[in-house]
Amino acid sequence: MKWFDYSAPRTLDEALDTYASHPHARLLAGGTDLLVQMRAGRKETDLVIDTKRIPELNELHCNGALTLGAAVPCCRIYEDAAVKSAFPALAAVASIIGGIQIQGRASIGGNLCNAAPSADSIPLLIALGATARIVYKGGERSVPVEDFCTAPGQNILQPGELLVSIQIPKPEPHSGSHYLRFIPRNEMDIAVAGAGVAVTLNGGTITAARIALASVAPTPLFVKAAGDALVGQPATEESVNKAALLAKDAAKPISDMRGTADYRRHLCAVLTRRALRAAIVQAQEA
Amino acid sequence: MSTQYNVLGTRPIRHDGADKVTGRAIYGADFHLAGMLHGFVLRSPHAHARIKRIDTSKAAQYPGVKAIVTADDFPQTPDRIVDLGEGPTPLSYARGNVLAKGKVLYQGHAVAGIAAINAHVAEEAAKLIEVEYEPLPCVLTAPDAMKDGAPILHEDLKTTELGEKTDRVSNVSTHFRHVLGNSDERFAKGDLRVFEGEFDTATVHQGYIEPHAATVLWNNDGRVLVWCSTQGAFVVRDVTAVLLDVPVQQVRVTPTEIGGGFGGKIPVYLEPVAALLSKKTGRPVKLLMSRRDVFEGSGPTPGSHIKVKIGVTPEGRIEAAQASLAYEAGAYPGAMVGPGTMCIFAAYDIPNVTIDGYDVVVNKPSTAAYRAPGATNAAFAAETIVDEIAETLGLDPIELRLKNASKEGTRRADGPKFRRIGCIEVLEAMKASAHYNAPLAGPNRGRGIAIGFWFNAGLPSSVNISVTNDGSVNLVEGSTDIGGTRTSIAMQAAEVLGIPVERVNPTVVDTDSVGFTHVTGGSRTTFATGYAAYEAAQDVMRQMKERAAKLMETDAASVTADKGVFTANGKSLTFAEIAAKLDATGGPITGRGAVNPKSAGGSFSGAIADVEVDPETGRTQILRFTSIQDAGKAIHPSYVEGQMQGGSVQGIGWALNEEYYMSDQGRMMNSSLLDYRMPTALDLPMIETIIVEVANPLHPFGVRGVGEANIVPPPAAVANAIYHAKGVRMRRLPMKPSAVMEAIGM
Amino acid sequence: MQNKVQVHTTINGEEVDFLCEPRQSLLECLRDNLNQTGTKEGCNDGNCGACTVNLDGRIVTSCLVLGVEAEGRQITTIEGIAKGNQLHPLQRAFLEEAALQCGICTPGFIVAAKALLDHEPNPSEDRIRWWLANNLCRCTGYDKIIRAVQKAAAVLQEAKA
Repeated sequence: MKWFDYSAPRTLDEALDTYASHPHARLLAGGTDLLVQMRAGRKETDLVIDTKRIPELNELHCNGALTLGAAVPCCRIYEDAAVKSAFPALAAVASIIGGIQIQGRASIGGNLCNAAPSADSIPLLIALGATARIVYKGGERSVPVEDFCTAPGQNILQPGELLVSIQIPKPEPHSGSHYLRFIPRNEMDIAVAGAGVAVTLNGGTITAARIALASVAPTPLFVKAAGDALVGQPATEESVNKAALLAKDAAKPISDMRGTADYRRHLCAVLTRRALRAAIVQAQEA
Repeated sequence: MSTQYNVLGTRPIRHDGADKVTGRAIYGADFHLAGMLHGFVLRSPHAHARIKRIDTSKAAQYPGVKAIVTADDFPQTPDRIVDLGEGPTPLSYARGNVLAKGKVLYQGHAVAGIAAINAHVAEEAAKLIEVEYEPLPCVLTAPDAMKDGAPILHEDLKTTELGEKTDRVSNVSTHFRHVLGNSDERFAKGDLRVFEGEFDTATVHQGYIEPHAATVLWNNDGRVLVWCSTQGAFVVRDVTAVLLDVPVQQVRVTPTEIGGGFGGKIPVYLEPVAALLSKKTGRPVKLLMSRRDVFEGSGPTPGSHIKVKIGVTPEGRIEAAQASLAYEAGAYPGAMVGPGTMCIFAAYDIPNVTIDGYDVVVNKPSTAAYRAPGATNAAFAAETIVDEIAETLGLDPIELRLKNASKEGTRRADGPKFRRIGCIEVLEAMKASAHYNAPLAGPNRGRGIAIGFWFNAGLPSSVNISVTNDGSVNLVEGSTDIGGTRTSIAMQAAEVLGIPVERVNPTVVDTDSVGFTHVTGGSRTTFATGYAAYEAAQDVMRQMKERAAKLMETDAASVTADKGVFTANGKSLTFAEIAAKLDATGGPITGRGAVNPKSAGGSFSGAIADVEVDPETGRTQILRFTSIQDAGKAIHPSYVEGQMQGGSVQGIGWALNEEYYMSDQGRMMNSSLLDYRMPTALDLPMIETIIVEVANPLHPFGVRGVGEANIVPPPAAVANAIYHAKGVRMRRLPMKPSAVMEAIGM
Repeated sequence: MQNKVQVHTTINGEEVDFLCEPRQSLLECLRDNLNQTGTKEGCNDGNCGACTVNLDGRIVTSCLVLGVEAEGRQITTIEGIAKGNQLHPLQRAFLEEAALQCGICTPGFIVAAKALLDHEPNPSEDRIRWWLANNLCRCTGYDKIIRAVQKAAAVLQEAKA
């Protein structure tokens, strides 16, 4: 690996200053993607800024809504009782990213910034209506997660901009959410396809639904039409199937070592159906 | 088994155990010398290309770089045929695989070595080596490489056709045939039910967790001192000497602990390069492979294309069989197709057999052995067809196999007659097993079985045993210990000596310090080096009896020994008591054992697999798995079970997900442990084992090697289980979810 | 700049200072700079678990941690599991259950399994398999490893009772 220098700022301001003066610096949270990519020569930098000592990026606060600091490792998410209770699907996703060793380091914020089409957390974040809080020297902005990734490995962050946290709104009563991915092994694998869903019920009727897919487009794919089609529909197998087929139709996968395009489209329907069923059960029990 | 043993069959703690659970054991990469440089090997990005020019001048200027070598730095000795442990091969091929000369033949082919003050510097500097390639079309599978007009890898490779060297330049190195009876005639009679199929298996890797590692010091006295992780220190010594064109005496190889091999750490890759770099710098040089290097630059096991045709009477007697096996050797000839052809029908007593084998070069890494090399591919094909026969004829699959099973006296198509073997006993044990008799309920579930055979190897081994004055012994051996063989060898010595195994100190030593010992491979270590230990211990016992006779004032012939007590004339002395008096009775005692068994007595293995297939995703989950194997005599049953479990799980990985996923341009797209997908703990149930013991007449304790046969049946057993779960016959490995889904229909 | 960084950390209970390049992983620092070679490299990208160490109470793959990140942290490696001459019950169980063959993955498994048993004294087989899914073993098929962890759990429970 090429030589780089290392900086571990203690405050957000210090980090923004450093970043502003080194626009080609790379930000390190868990490092589970960055170090692998740098070692493989896919990313280069002469400065690594470690964000783990910045308080704002380590905030994990759940009061119905959730503030999830960008550097909070996965293990803190699934070990947090309030998060587990309010966002069980998020806790579940945090527990399937890598193995235990990875979860001690990897963050959801890093998963988002890495912008892999296969990222497990992003479809669920989209389904949950999450936004990304982005800070730069002298200002900040907020972006819906579905608009955050722009291409494989690319995101909307401009040089000098830092993802501070992910904000997830408080779910409506009788809501449920779920993420399912398909992998050939039981863990330690990259999604061949994935589906994140969130639904809200009023009695037997679906009043809101959002669906997003992993690994079937250049970015995690928000399938608005599939969720919209469920609104006003009864929470039945027929509705679920309809939405699953819309998700499948929206998928634009490629064929690669992880699966053929046809197989991935097929999986979109299967996973969306299964995830919706689970989310509906959760909503009914909520 | 009526023989009563004191040590054999017990489960002592291994002698090297404490070091291996505390991190003290020194593996290849752990070795360190003062002043050591670190190296990097530059590898080809192309699957097939002519090397037009290599310019190392910029890299040499990079701060911290000490030396750079290419193929031109090898002594340019004329080509000749050399035997380097795995059969005769042209020197140019052996040398060419270590550093490419003229052409690169696969992505990952080593092109240059570089030594620097640390590995990062070496890697960065390597980017400055300018290699001008002229890319050539590549060919990646045996069927494609055999086609007329296929890109040719070696312009000097002429096909050997049925034993005759031809003038035809092609990618087929060898086509050979085994014939027994007359299968064409037998099929032509028209009274047989005929079953046939074509099968493909992907290139797979042994997947040892420790990447290759070597440190070499070309010393000022001219000796080339090597420390490396290898299955065979003597093979490394001999190959290194030949490639460097130095006398064997000049090379000393010290094997470190080895983090897995499975056949993949027999070939030599890094040592000659490190030696050249050390010669240039006068300093020790350490070379390590990265995981990607391991996948792309070491030797996986061949992918294959296999056709099988079997004819059977309505009663289920197999009367005729034909097979054609084309194996991908990778860049240089030497696919394990020979053993594949010898094993494909070995489990069955078939009167009329024709088997064709093709050794085919392709633009993939030069293949190496992998646990029963060649046999697993073959069994996947044959055992799937046998399962179809059983199903079609309405026979129990074990009964069908029993009806046709090989036994002592059965002649194989490749010539030899079996000595006492355990094929029937393995099948009987499967039939009687709790697993086979347990019901399997539920939708999308199925059970499959298969059996397999592996020869095992004999080959030379040497052991020295010296007696210590406290009644313990030191045992010196040359077999690197990959799975507890220090202990399984020491146990055989202890059994003969009548002392506890804890009183034996086994040590694996360098090539200066013990007689030639062939590789830890071919399931041969507990068999052959154990045999040498037995002989060495016998030699010690003969001398101990002489000393006892002296002390008891009688002649050696009248001394008897039992459990470490020597008796004559109504008097008795313990092993320790005699050992305490060695000085007074004639001096030290050293026993030597040197053996060279020509054959080893093969091992049969069976597998029972229960699976559940997700009908919507095609994903197969192993619910229950049992491995059954004839161990001859199980010296250390825990280690025998461990071999069976490990082989089974490698077979399951091969069956379900493992493959070299190649782009059309011959780039391996999944050269990481993330994407190569070996099984994790979470993918498996406990692996049940049933050890069968049919004594091997070729070993004093009846030992058969147990390292390999266990990997042979699992892919076929899993394929058959998938069929019984979902009704689809899988003809291609791996049976990954997308492939099963495609077969089921989306 | 190309300045090496001085790192002050605690390894196996002892305070340690070392000098490293920022690009060096914690794994490299342990092995090359500190000569603690018990922690193994199998893949260098977090997928085999052979380099597992405990960092402030959590297991991590040390190939994916920079050496400079060790500043002020508490690290436990395989060299710190035994207490003097006394093997940890997990180490004993690995030997008694023949849970290693080549042994290269063993340090990672033991460090990982210890972290599990430190927090969950009586894990189920499924839980053990889940916890150890980031540790690859190619020799054993995992069976005897799972049994060794179960046995060590029982021994540790008994010692407490």
